[in-house]
Amino acid sequence: MGLVPGMIKGLGVTAKSAIETIFPDGPLKPPSPSKGAVTIQYPHEKEAPAPRARGVIALQEDNCTACMLCARECPDWCIYIEGHKEKAPPRRAGGKPRQKNKLDRFDIDFALCMYCGICVEVCPFDALFWSPEYEFSEPRIADLLHDKSRLAEWMETVPDFESYESGSEAKVRKVPR
Amino acid sequence: MTTQIPDLSEQEQLRYISQQAADARVNVEIETEGMTLNLGPQHPATHGTLRIIAKLDGEQVVAAEPVMGYMHRGYEKLAEVRTYPQVTTLVNRIDWVGSFANETPFILAAEKLMEVEAPPRAQYIRTILHEMSRIANVILGIGDMGVQVGAVTPIFFAFRDREYVLNQIEAVTGGRFHPNFDRIGGLKDDLPAGWIQNTKNAMEKVRDFCDQIEELMYGNEIFQARTRGIGIIPKDVGLAYGLSGVNIRGSGVDWDVRRDNMSPGLVYDQVDWKVWTHPDGDSYSRMWVRLQEVREGTKIVDQLLDQIPSGPIMAKVPRIIKVPAGEAYVETENPLGVMGYYVVSKGDLNPYRVKIRSASFNNVSITPWLLKGVYVPDIITILGSLYFILGDIDR
Amino acid sequence: MISILSVEIPYWGQTTFRVLGGLAAVLLPAGALVYIYLFKLMSFVQSRLGPMEAGPAGSLQLLAEVGKAFQKEDIFPRKADKLVFAAAPFVVLMSTFLLILVVPFGPDAWFVNLDTGIFFALAVSSVSVIGILMAGWASASKYSLLGGLRAAGQLIAYELPLVLAVMGVVIQAGTLNMQEIVYAQAEGEIFGISGIGNPFIITQFIGFAIFLIAMQAELTQPPFDMPVAESELVSGYMTEYSGIRFLLFFIGEFATAGVFSMIASVLFLGGWWVPGLDPDSNLFNILGPAVLFGKVMLVTFLIFWFRFTYPRFREDQLQKLAWKVLIPLSLVNIVATGILKVVF
Ligand code: SF4
Ligand code: SF4
Repeated sequence: MGLVPGMIKGLGVTAKSAIETIFPDGPLKPPSPSKGAVTIQYPHEKEAPAPRARGVIALQEDNCTACMLCARECPDWCIYIEGHKEKAPPRRAGGKPRQKNKLDRFDIDFALCMYCGICVEVCPFDALFWSPEYEFSEPRIADLLHDKSRLAEWMETVPDFESYESGSEAKVRKVPR
Repeated sequence: MTTQIPDLSEQEQLRYISQQAADARVNVEIETEGMTLNLGPQHPATHGTLRIIAKLDGEQVVAAEPVMGYMHRGYEKLAEVRTYPQVTTLVNRIDWVGSFANETPFILAAEKLMEVEAPPRAQYIRTILHEMSRIANVILGIGDMGVQVGAVTPIFFAFRDREYVLNQIEAVTGGRFHPNFDRIGGLKDDLPAGWIQNTKNAMEKVRDFCDQIEELMYGNEIFQARTRGIGIIPKDVGLAYGLSGVNIRGSGVDWDVRRDNMSPGLVYDQVDWKVWTHPDGDSYSRMWVRLQEVREGTKIVDQLLDQIPSGPIMAKVPRIIKVPAGEAYVETENPLGVMGYYVVSKGDLNPYRVKIRSASFNNVSITPWLLKGVYVPDIITILGSLYFILGDIDR
Repeated sequence: MISILSVEIPYWGQTTFRVLGGLAAVLLPAGALVYIYLFKLMSFVQSRLGPMEAGPAGSLQLLAEVGKAFQKEDIFPRKADKLVFAAAPFVVLMSTFLLILVVPFGPDAWFVNLDTGIFFALAVSSVSVIGILMAGWASASKYSLLGGLRAAGQLIAYELPLVLAVMGVVIQAGTLNMQEIVYAQAEGEIFGISGIGNPFIITQFIGFAIFLIAMQAELTQPPFDMPVAESELVSGYMTEYSGIRFLLFFIGEFATAGVFSMIASVLFLGGWWVPGLDPDSNLFNILGPAVLFGKVMLVTFLIFWFRFTYPRFREDQLQKLAWKVLIPLSLVNIVATGILKVVF
């Protein structure tokens, strides 16, 4: 075939795409490109990430026993934990005072973190959770080191675990609040 | 002394002649001064840090040499000091646009050593994700080819529709680019509710994209003129250089690891699909096979989604993974070609040695042969049609 | 121009008036093209919105870009031929300003009414080749050199179909004067029907198509953007430029697109005249520029539409298209026009 057909069709594709963007409701309705475009005007509107999205790590401080498992398994060793043992009042009257691990320091350096999720996965005490929150960039790299109070603040943004697709045998876990 | 040109197509003959011409120019006495053009490491066409040193005579390439290693990150060595679960998160970063597919062969190799097998549900989901990462990767390759030949719009279409696939991958794995989802003996988590239907919708979008791009780009006469007959890889040369994946299927070799050498742990044998090949071996045929492969991928995903069995997603594996001593090599058909992991274990927490066979390394190694005698614009077309990811070359 | 206001204006006043008018005539369409087509329409084609932050719907984006370019350092490569390197963008822009001189905007609104207007236009349009070669050579960069040489080869090759496509119009109008070409279209008639005059696009459709293609190539817009081919030559002859000089190239590209479209609309679409109105009425001195601008937008829409859609040609294919298709076709067109002119 000659030079014409394929090239004309191509023009049609681009024209159609432009019209679909400018007139998302059909050609006779008023144009509204901001609806037709697939992009999102970021600071003004925000896209909700998937509930499982790995945005930032949240720490449920009460659950953490400073067992160091997460710090050991982290592939780039960016979790810093220090703790000490404390005597807690006995659970029953007259019992022995309990040993309790108290966290002194729990820092995650998000400048090093590669968001692999291994720490969250290995934590045996349900102390770490993923939050899909992603707006925590800082002008200074050192500020990306989140200490335990900052990590605990993220707990509010942790969504509930989703239910599973049919046919699944996994149990839906609960986020401790 | 006759040089035989055994039944070559007309295009191959032309290519042969232009190669001879390029050779001859070097030997001529009254010679224009050649020019060395250094494409890269920072160059818009190499999407990464590949460097190509091209010796030019006018606009014709006399010799070309790829220089790799600007982005070497030493994953093979790093893997030796990481535990098995930690390795997957590293290998995610090899081919970063289709990253789930990087995990699969490593996990399969470890499973082979440990003699565990993932439960069927996990195998199905694993295959689906593997195929979705292929779609995400190849779509980008197709769009990128548009940019390489100078059309701006295809890449935006590609990014637009790839997003639907990535969203689905994110919804199940939590990561758009680095899923880190595959585990020895199964998967990290099960599918969230509603995922199957959403994925089917995404596959619909991908098929629309294929139709659109076929009209916009593949049907365009300029695109065809730029790619047809350019960068022809004959079958035997391609095999000799160890090409794999689409690049060899574009030369008419009917070889697909998914079908011919499927390792246990993936379920490609449960679905009805076809391996596409194209006899020409030029840039156009490679791109054409890519497009068909995306379409085929959406079909595979659709069928698998309908068939997912119920059950657990994790086999019984110890909490602390120690892989028994031994060696295993597993390869899978990844978006860019055949990717294989050779894992040697001494029974520790860490692998003793990991050798990664990544597809792009071999695919790019053919460039000195392929680029000889072509024009400067064709370098870009050929590189685009070989479609490599820098991380996959340099690891 | 003097008669628009019906008052005597001193010479310096006229000069200022013309300089300002020239700047407006070149820069306003260029700005409009960049915003409407390059920023917005291109984004809509690609399902996005384009610039949105600077001004309402991003309409001041271009000004922001200009401001940015002014702040940037004007980098000279160490081995560059400084004088030539610095002068090149001005040479390119100069050819654009020279082109605008002969474009008529109304019955009395013109800068210079040359008897050989179109001849002059085609001649000065080649000046930009010199600027591009200067840029390519003086940058001391291989990419720039390749880009500059490609540009020279391409622009010279497409000059010919451009000139030959105009020939048909000139034969039909019987004059080289741009103003009279407009009058010829306004007062002409096609095969005895005189209602809509005779826009030459109808009788010279092949000429128009060839002119459009050659123009696309002259402007180095895709699919003929081999000289700047950003995926292989980085930016061709503009690779080493930065800051304000890059901006000049950038503006030059779109200003030339605007001016060439003006010439195309004068030659083929009737210029400042619209069918049904008396071309001599004073109304056109006010309305003319607007009409012309509308026609320019039509022509440039085509240019940009091709730009979004097509991949680029390779050097040899480009030359083949010029020498083997366009030039023979335009020669046939000239012969046919000549014969028809004699017969009717
Ligand atoms: S996500 Fe990975 S890298 Fe980040 S802190 Fe957890 S284990 Fe370490
Ligand atoms: S977060 Fe979990 S794994 Fe880490 S120290 Fe606390 S309890 Fe242990």
